[in-house]
Amino acid sequence: MSKVLMKGNEAIAEAAIQAGCRFFFGYPITPQNEIPAYMAKRLPQVGGCFVQAESEVAAINMVYGAAGAGARVMTSSSSPGISLKQEGISYIAGAELPCLIVNIVRGGPGLGGIQPAQSDYFQAVKGGGHGDYHLVVLAPSTIQETVDLVRKGFDIADQYRNPVMILGDGMLGQMMEPVEFKEAKPRRLPPKDWATTGWKGDRPRAVINSLFIDPQVLEDHVNRIYKKYEEIKANETLVECYNCEDAEIIVSAYGTTARIVRSVTEMAARKGIKIGLIRPITLWPFPAETLRSWAQRDHVKAFLTVEMSMGQMVEDVTLSIDGLKPSHFYGRTGGMVPRPADILAEIEKIRGVNL
Amino acid sequence: MAKVFQKPESLTDKPMHYCPGCTHGIVHRLVAETMDELNIRQDTIGIAPVGCAVFAYDYFNCDMQEAAHGRAPAVATGIKRVHPDKVVFTYQGDGDLASIGAAEIVHAANRGEKITTIFINNAIYGMTGGQMAPTTLLDQVTVTSPYGRKAETEGYPIRMSEMLAALEGAAYIERVSVHDIKHIMQAKKAIKRAFEYQIAGKGFTLVEVLSTCPTNWGMTPAESLEWVKNHMIPYYPLGVKKEAK
Repeated sequence: MSKVLMKGNEAIAEAAIQAGCRFFFGYPITPQNEIPAYMAKRLPQVGGCFVQAESEVAAINMVYGAAGAGARVMTSSSSPGISLKQEGISYIAGAELPCLIVNIVRGGPGLGGIQPAQSDYFQAVKGGGHGDYHLVVLAPSTIQETVDLVRKGFDIADQYRNPVMILGDGMLGQMMEPVEFKEAKPRRLPPKDWATTGWKGDRPRAVINSLFIDPQVLEDHVNRIYKKYEEIKANETLVECYNCEDAEIIVSAYGTTARIVRSVTEMAARKGIKIGLIRPITLWPFPAETLRSWAQRDHVKAFLTVEMSMGQMVEDVTLSIDGLKPSHFYGRTGGMVPRPADILAEIEKIRGVNL
Repeated sequence: MAKVFQKPESLTDKPMHYCPGCTHGIVHRLVAETMDELNIRQDTIGIAPVGCAVFAYDYFNCDMQEAAHGRAPAVATGIKRVHPDKVVFTYQGDGDLASIGAAEIVHAANRGEKITTIFINNAIYGMTGGQMAPTTLLDQVTVTSPYGRKAETEGYPIRMSEMLAALEGAAYIERVSVHDIKHIMQAKKAIKRAFEYQIAGKGFTLVEVLSTCPTNWGMTPAESLEWVKNHMIPYYPLGVKKEAK
């Protein structure tokens, strides 16, 4: 199939439809409005169903119902809306339901702004809702990668019965890039014999539930989910290492920020500074092993994490490299995007201290 | 010998956890009898609330989902849109439906979601220990209205059925009571009718059931039934509030 020029948000929606998603429940919020608009138009054409819910809270609970009924289902929103969805996300994780949640992140806290940000990292990766659980968090940096990860996200969700989040930002959602919708090799997925489809007696009665009033039963339930997380860590961790082979300083960045850092590596090379980029594609599971292995190399003198936040992923980078090398941070927040020249200046400063 | 009485097939064998004198058990049975009589048990998906009926998924012998507090109508919407040919019902109390889930029930009704809601109104939060509900009567004492509910500070008891009946999407809405045999029979009829309306695809259906909470009302079961008759029915008039043609 040939490439088409598409806006990030619309590409996400089309990718979802091509991945077999037929149900979308959402609520308007900038900067992700093109996703529900596209779904509202396209889903009825392919025998699907779009519902504009009365709130994000209702939308995520509609996702719960549809996922529990066995459908491939998604919702999308942006930061303040994702905060509202946290109740449902926790229930979905507890009841082990597969679904895709897209967060086109904007600046915060509070109503914040509508410009791109990465300040929802903690919320996405460390929990967000109550209880012991994890989302699988995918962080694309191009629209092509977004499209590829949408399909992968649905597959991961179905394979492990766990909610998956695409953590984008306003930049990825709003810009246009050429994109190809590739025929992906389908995963072998387990049958959804646990879904509420009407009970004819040919399987155990389906009960979608996250309540386990006996503490021992609840602990067993959570332990089983955490065993699943170990499998996800082993099988699904994704990271890109660029230019790291002889790097003095390794910069960690994801999503839009990683694109900027990539151009900084070239600017730095022209100045004779060797910069590598480690770009986590899965933010959970986090590629801790990869970071640690680079931290063990002698040629790597320091790490810098660049984010559109006040410093969130940097905590995971610091944990991963475990004191083997110094860990620095540079970020802009509130919808401001780091400039390549400022990142380079930061690198030169670190170089002066650590080399 | 012919069997004249038996447990409906649509109820499991699990012993119910409800307090003595609570009318949840009666209403569960009425819903289950309806499912049996309409022969829809294998095609029904129920949604349990948060509240006293939270374990309803253990009692109804059909596929079930347990929803977050107040969100049952949203969960039901998700299920029904995926399986439009199945029968979907929610079972919710007054705190769940009229307080935290007020938005979800209003909009599910307004969208005309083809679901049936069984709304248990006993004028109090039961599971959490007897707090004031939106349906708590004026001057009624609860643990969070210890001096009695006052209109000036706590507002008035909400008549949900009348409110929802004003919405175009609502196809069948009736308020019933289960304080005596005659009214239980009427409640059964209403529940069956609501399910029939759903199956006919007419729109949103709801039956509000005036119920008891002897434990948190601080009354005997018999006193509770009298209290429904003497205090609740005068404020919450019984009858059909909406019946689409």
